[in-house]
Amino acid sequence: MATRTIAGKTVAVNEEGFMTNPAEWTQEIAVEIAKEEGIEELTEAHWKVINFCREVGAASGKAPTLRTITNGAGITTKEMFTLFPKGPAKKVAHIAGLGKPEGCV
Amino acid sequence: MKKLLILGAGTAGTMVANRLNRMLDMDEWQITLVDQDPVHYYQPGFLFIPFGVYSKKDVIKPKRNFIPPQIKLIQSEIEIIEPEHNRVRLTGGLYLDYDYLIIATGADIHPEETPGLAEHEWNQSIFTFYSFEGSVELWKKLQTWEGGRMVVNVVENPIKCPVAPLEFLMLADWFFHERGIRDRVELVYATPLPGAFTKPMASKMLGELLVQKGIHVEPEFYIERADPDEKKIVSYDEREVPFDLLVTIPLNKGAEVVGKSGLGDELNYSPVNKYTFLSDKFDNIFVLGDASNAPASKAGSVTHYAIDLFGENFIRYTSGQKLVENFDGHANCFLESGFGKGLLIDFNYTQEPLPGRYPLPGVGPFTLLEESEANHWGKLMFRWMYWNILLKGQELPFPPTMTMAGKWKA
Repeated sequence: MATRTIAGKTVAVNEEGFMTNPAEWTQEIAVEIAKEEGIEELTEAHWKVINFCREVGAASGKAPTLRTITNGAGITTKEMFTLFPKGPAKKVAHIAGLGKPEGCV
Repeated sequence: MKKLLILGAGTAGTMVANRLNRMLDMDEWQITLVDQDPVHYYQPGFLFIPFGVYSKKDVIKPKRNFIPPQIKLIQSEIEIIEPEHNRVRLTGGLYLDYDYLIIATGADIHPEETPGLAEHEWNQSIFTFYSFEGSVELWKKLQTWEGGRMVVNVVENPIKCPVAPLEFLMLADWFFHERGIRDRVELVYATPLPGAFTKPMASKMLGELLVQKGIHVEPEFYIERADPDEKKIVSYDEREVPFDLLVTIPLNKGAEVVGKSGLGDELNYSPVNKYTFLSDKFDNIFVLGDASNAPASKAGSVTHYAIDLFGENFIRYTSGQKLVENFDGHANCFLESGFGKGLLIDFNYTQEPLPGRYPLPGVGPFTLLEESEANHWGKLMFRWMYWNILLKGQELPFPPTMTMAGKWKA
C-alpha cells in the first residue's frame, strides 16, 4: 500500500490518491487536498458537507454518493457543483479522507 | 410447510426460483412467485434492436415458460411489503405471508426525473434503448435518420449494464458505416464518469478504442436538464452539449414498492450484506439482482454467479447454519464493439478488469479487454444460453468466483 505525506502527516493512499484509513484524516489534510483539487479556501458551506460525509463514512464505512449528500445535508445538486466543481461526490470524498464513492461501478 | 415468497420474476427471480425448486425438498417448501408482467424480456438484447440485429421476437417470451409447475406464479402488482408481519399485500388486497422473502424486483428507468427528457420530443429526437418500447422506437428512427450529431448520455450511476452505452456507440459507428453515412454522423458520449469506464485499466483501453472509432467523450458531465426545443443537454456546471439525436440512459431506480415499504435507500435499492445478500434490516429477507444496493454491476451475469452461491447458502441458513460470506462481486461480460467483433471483461469487487486471455476448455480462450471475433460469437451465443440454461437455474461452465488465470498484471 502506497503512502504519502500530506500536511506533515504520512498517510496510506490507494493508486488514485484516495486515503484508505479515514482515522488518519485531519482537518489540515482536508485543507491541503482541497487546494490540490483547486479549492483555495474551505468555507463554512464546504465544511458542512465535509462533516456530513465524515459522519456517513463513520457510520457506513463508505463515502456517500452525490444523491446521499443532497438528500442528507440539505444542499442542492447545483450548490454542490458550485462548492466542489466537476465530480463533487468524488472530490468531497477525496478531501474528507474517505474512499471513492462505490456508486460508480 | 415453509413458505418462500419471491417478488419479481425477471432474471434474478426466475433463476433463483428454478434453482431452489431443485435444491429444496418440495414436500416441505412452498414457493410462490409474484410479478405484474406476463412477459419475460431478454434485456441484453435491447442493445441490438435499434440496429436491426435482433427483432422483437428474439427478446420476449412468456414468463410462464420458465417457471416449473410446482411453483405458484401470481400475476399481480405488489402494494406493500410488511416485514414486521412477514407478509406482502398485493394490489387488490390479497395478503401473502412468508417465512422467507426474496426481493428481486429489479431496477427500471425514470426519464421523468430529468427535466426535458420525457416531454414532447420523447421518441421524436430523444430516445432510450433501456426499455423494450424505447429500443423499438429507436430502431424505427434509425431506419430513416440521415445523420447529424448523436449524443449518448448517462444521467447518473449506477445503471444497469454499465458497458451497454459504450457498446451502443461502437455499434452505431459500425451501423452508420454500413449505411454509408458515417461521415455525416458525429458520435458523442456525455458521461458523469471521468473517462470511458469506471476502473482505470478498462477506462484507458476502452477510451483508446473510442478514439480509434472517432467517438468523442465528454467526461464528468452531470446532466441537469435537456432542452428539447433548442436540442441541447445542459450540465450542473453549465456546459452545453447540442444534439440532433439524443440517446439517454435515464436515472435508474429500484422498485417503488421497496422504497415505500421502508426497505430502500434514496434510489429504492435495498441495503444488503454484499457477500450474502441478506437484508441489513430483516434476517428472513434476501435481496437478489438489481434490486439490492450491492456495489456490483447491475447485470444478469453478476446475478447468475451470485445465485450459484446463494442456493447452497440458503439451504445452510434455513437449516440453522450460518451464511458463508462467499460472493466476490464477480462479473464478466462480452462487449460488442461492432464490425463482427467484441471484447470480454472479467472482474469483481476488488479486482479491476485486466487484459489477458480468459481460459475456457473447448471454446476459448477469449481475449480480455481486446477485440476479437470469438468474443462477438460469445456475445451472440449468450442469448441462447440465457433462454435455455441460465433462466432455468442450471450451471454454466464458468466458476462463480473470479480467477486470476490468464490475466496480465500491470
